[in-house]
Amino acid sequence: MELTVGPNQFFWPAENWSAFYVALAEAPVDRVVLGELVCSKRLPFYQDRIPEALALLAEAGKEVVLTSLALVTLKRERNLTADLAAMGVTVEINDLTALAHLPKGMGFHVGPLVNVYNEGTLAWLASLGATRVCLPPELPLASVKTLTRASKELGVAIEVWGHGRLPLAISGRCYHARLHKRAKDNCQFACENDPDGLEVRTLEDQPFMAMNGVQTLSHSYACADYQIEALTEAGVSALRLSPQSQGFIRLCQVYRDRLNGTVPTGAIAAELQEASPHTRLSDGFLTGPSGVFWTGAPMSP
Amino acid sequence: MEIVCPAGTPAALRAAVKAGAHTVYCGFNDETNARNFPGLNFDRAEMREGVAFAHGHGAKVLVAINTFPRAGGQSLWHRAIDDAALSGADAVILADPGLLDYAARINPGLRLHLSVQAAAANADIINFYASTFGVKRVVLPRVLSVPEIAAINAETEVETEVFVFGGLCVMAEGRCSLSSYATGLSPNMNGVCSPASHVEYRDDDGALDAKLGGFTIHRVAKDEPAPYPTLCKGCFSAGSQTGHLFEDPVSLNAEQLIPQLRKAGVTALKIEGRQRSKSYVAQVVRNFRASVDALEAGKPLPHGMLARLSEGQAMTTGAYKKTWR
Repeated sequence: MELTVGPNQFFWPAENWSAFYVALAEAPVDRVVLGELVCSKRLPFYQDRIPEALALLAEAGKEVVLTSLALVTLKRERNLTADLAAMGVTVEINDLTALAHLPKGMGFHVGPLVNVYNEGTLAWLASLGATRVCLPPELPLASVKTLTRASKELGVAIEVWGHGRLPLAISGRCYHARLHKRAKDNCQFACENDPDGLEVRTLEDQPFMAMNGVQTLSHSYACADYQIEALTEAGVSALRLSPQSQGFIRLCQVYRDRLNGTVPTGAIAAELQEASPHTRLSDGFLTGPSGVFWTGAPMSP
Repeated sequence: MEIVCPAGTPAALRAAVKAGAHTVYCGFNDETNARNFPGLNFDRAEMREGVAFAHGHGAKVLVAINTFPRAGGQSLWHRAIDDAALSGADAVILADPGLLDYAARINPGLRLHLSVQAAAANADIINFYASTFGVKRVVLPRVLSVPEIAAINAETEVETEVFVFGGLCVMAEGRCSLSSYATGLSPNMNGVCSPASHVEYRDDDGALDAKLGGFTIHRVAKDEPAPYPTLCKGCFSAGSQTGHLFEDPVSLNAEQLIPQLRKAGVTALKIEGRQRSKSYVAQVVRNFRASVDALEAGKPLPHGMLARLSEGQAMTTGAYKKTWR
């Protein structure tokens, strides 16, 4: 099984953004998707650094892919989406709008924010040129199995969300700006101080979600440690790791060790819990009964 | 402009048609539609009778088949499309590309509307759906302002339908899994959001807590009205603030924006609420029909009649006004 690093969902200072991809070039991963997924207002801060990062990663032997925006409404966003294909690398569509702009016959990847819930949609995307689909994180293991079976005949590689805060929702409204009593158009980049999202707690002070501009994420970090054998057996071709600001290169290594079989089931979770005892893990979307659920070893308080 | 009304039951359909709905939308009583609540929706015979009744009164019926088929279970959704066509429905409302593909191939005569669950939020993707599947109308997601809707209409031949009254989704529809994260049941897969089966109210020393999936997301004094604990309208804390961080427990009411929506080129006004009673539906329909008729006749709009029907007696025009964002 391969490892794909998904697009960074957060707003990081441009220097940190560059440093992340420099470090990632050395990490044991097969594929890197980069670019802006969440908010088009963030892109100008690091846009000119993208070609260099792409070149560096390609030189290091990674397959490089550019993401489309997850929700395209404005003219500027439509233009950005239309321009993606001209960059000369594979595009991962995270909003079907990109399909309206990709040249006919050009292969593409499909990201986790496109609703591929069934064989019909998978086959339709394959007929348009999709060669790789990262399934929506919401799908249970049974659906993953059905879709990987269907994908073999279609020649489509299937990825599953392996690690990171789960992208749960996207809105036209910016909650980070709203929290700071600002409108989206005058957000003053309220999200820039929360490199992994801002914790959202329930009225009983339970950590629950994370706010990231127009996006809402899970507070827990999804971790497919306990499902790796089942996913491999099902024919899943890659696990997706979603960037986080701390310890990510080490995280890639732990997943690689686990895929190589050099560490046992549970080793990823154990290491994550040891490094950061307060981090909550989840794998309930794959296993039930709900996304927030965790099947693994008992959690630290 | 066309008034498109919800009907959760055959009785609600008849009430809506009698109250002046131009069009009624409804669904089959299974997980193929996004209001899959117990005791709601239509069996096959009821659908045929409902369509006949509406047609007999000059009204149209749209069948919502707008959840995303379960892997391995697509035949249930395919059958729903076939049966909607057989029942004489004027269109089906779909969100899943695989289903649109199926409907366009198998029932080429069937009129296709794109559900709000597809979250098609710009002219490029709307035109793509039109050229690929022959989609004739799109229900726009509730993340767009009126000028943005006007801009879309200027660039597409596809009819646009917008929500004007009822519940307010604040996330891009069809792209939200908050509910399945907390409860395991979701709009996309199960046709439910923040389901009642996972709601629990608890008396906590003089306060009434509302929990969803075990998470306490609302608290009121015992004698205050307790809103239904919908996740995106729950009470949370972040940083130093506690409150409705995503959206207040309010309803959408764009009644006063009808003239602007008409000017923006909107074809149809949609009222949300297939879970509502037939008297509610009739009352809302009468009000909106009166507004549209007044507008067509060049008379001032009647207003203010809907306030007591809305959630928590609080209303918003949501994303239609850009300041909301």
